[in-house]
Amino acid sequence: MAHEHKLEIFRGLLKFKSNERKIWGVFTVLSIVTVVEVALGIVKPEILTVNRFMAMKLLNWIFIILTLAKAYYITWDFMHMRDEVKAMRRAVVWTAVFLICYLVLILLIEGDYIYEVYKNNYIKFTF
Amino acid sequence: MDATVAQTGTEGKTWGGGNQPLKASYGKMMMWFFIVSDALTFSGFLASYGFSRFKFIDSWPIADEVFTHVPFLHGVPAPMYYVAFMTFILIFSSVTMVLAVDAGHKMQKNKVIWYLFLTIIGGLIFVGSQAWEWATFIKGDYGAVETNGGKILQFLDKEGNRVAIGEFATPLPTTAETHTEGNGIWYMEGGTKTSFTYEEVKAGFLANDNLLIRDQELIPNMEDLRASDDTADKQEVARLERSYINLDATGEKAIYNREMSEAKLVNDGKLVVEGANLKHNEYGTPLFADFFFFITGFHGFHVFSGVIFNLIIFFNVVIGTYERRGHYEMVEKVGLYWHFVDLVWVFVFTFFYLV
Repeated sequence: MAHEHKLEIFRGLLKFKSNERKIWGVFTVLSIVTVVEVALGIVKPEILTVNRFMAMKLLNWIFIILTLAKAYYITWDFMHMRDEVKAMRRAVVWTAVFLICYLVLILLIEGDYIYEVYKNNYIKFTF
Repeated sequence: MDATVAQTGTEGKTWGGGNQPLKASYGKMMMWFFIVSDALTFSGFLASYGFSRFKFIDSWPIADEVFTHVPFLHGVPAPMYYVAFMTFILIFSSVTMVLAVDAGHKMQKNKVIWYLFLTIIGGLIFVGSQAWEWATFIKGDYGAVETNGGKILQFLDKEGNRVAIGEFATPLPTTAETHTEGNGIWYMEGGTKTSFTYEEVKAGFLANDNLLIRDQELIPNMEDLRASDDTADKQEVARLERSYINLDATGEKAIYNREMSEAKLVNDGKLVVEGANLKHNEYGTPLFADFFFFITGFHGFHVFSGVIFNLIIFFNVVIGTYERRGHYEMVEKVGLYWHFVDLVWVFVFTFFYLV
């Protein structure tokens, strides 16, 4: 069983002396990200809710990107993906990411299509 | 036992068995297999939530208005804070779990015991919080009226503040009798009993000129709509201006003027809804409640089973099973599951409460 850990995060920008220190470092990162998310969720700055990128509010883009960042650190450092061999990492991550992206893409496009049908069709659901 | 072991003569060769090309033990690999498949299950749920939300994009309840409660702070609207607290609890219990794994690598039995204990406590606090969140959601807030078409009418005063149905409903004499077992009928049909009937809410509403109604329609960007030359858009603008009083609040829920409010309630109203269950939901479309119960429930069940696994491992550590085995890999495997539960929550948190 591998006992050695890679002790850098942010591509080597932050280096830790021991695995325990690294765990607390990652916890700090996750906490900061969560605090930012919650603060944005409460304040909802208008500039981020009015402006859109690819039909989605900037605020929602920020939430989703921060969530993926959190997921990365949980998987890489708490679940020790960083210390696994490359083949293992790819077998898990690529499979999941590919299938999930496909599923989400298909379902959201379909949902939006049905919304348009409800909205523009002759039958109105306004009773 | 030696006699029963087949010797193939390929021991030590590449395909002779005992090789670990991924440098992970069988148990850990299988835990990863399970995690990938479970991740796909959760993605299926969350993606179908997204599907339904896109389908009803302009009438979906706003999470900020639904989850506004914090324990012991009754009546103080505090959206997000409690669920943020729950998120922290879960992340923190992930930290103690990974510290337990780390201590396991170093064969420090007492540290493993201590960190696992903290992890279990964190898990229990989380499950408890989720139960409280469910209870608050089921009990409901202000109450609403459901229309024949399944829309939800919510009540507001002239300033746009929500008003609970109990504040204005006029009690009417009722002929309904409470069924007692002594009557000898085995079962009877009847709807859920709410604190006020639809007739009482209607009477109270008509007697009170200060009240308005909103359903779940969101106000579109009026500037764009008014600028359009399309006939359908012009009709839409006319309809919106005839019906609603807060057209300048883009993206918020539209409030009917008094005339339309009365018409909606009298013509379309059907029954009073308090709180949420799988069929009715005072916050908006019942689908929202269905997904909420299903997804957070499924996740809560994972947390619960994670706590059970942690407890088993905890007692095994205490009685020294892994000390005798020579390694704490079991803690690591259960730890993977526990972190996965945390990982799922990160996504549930984003898609239910933030986006």
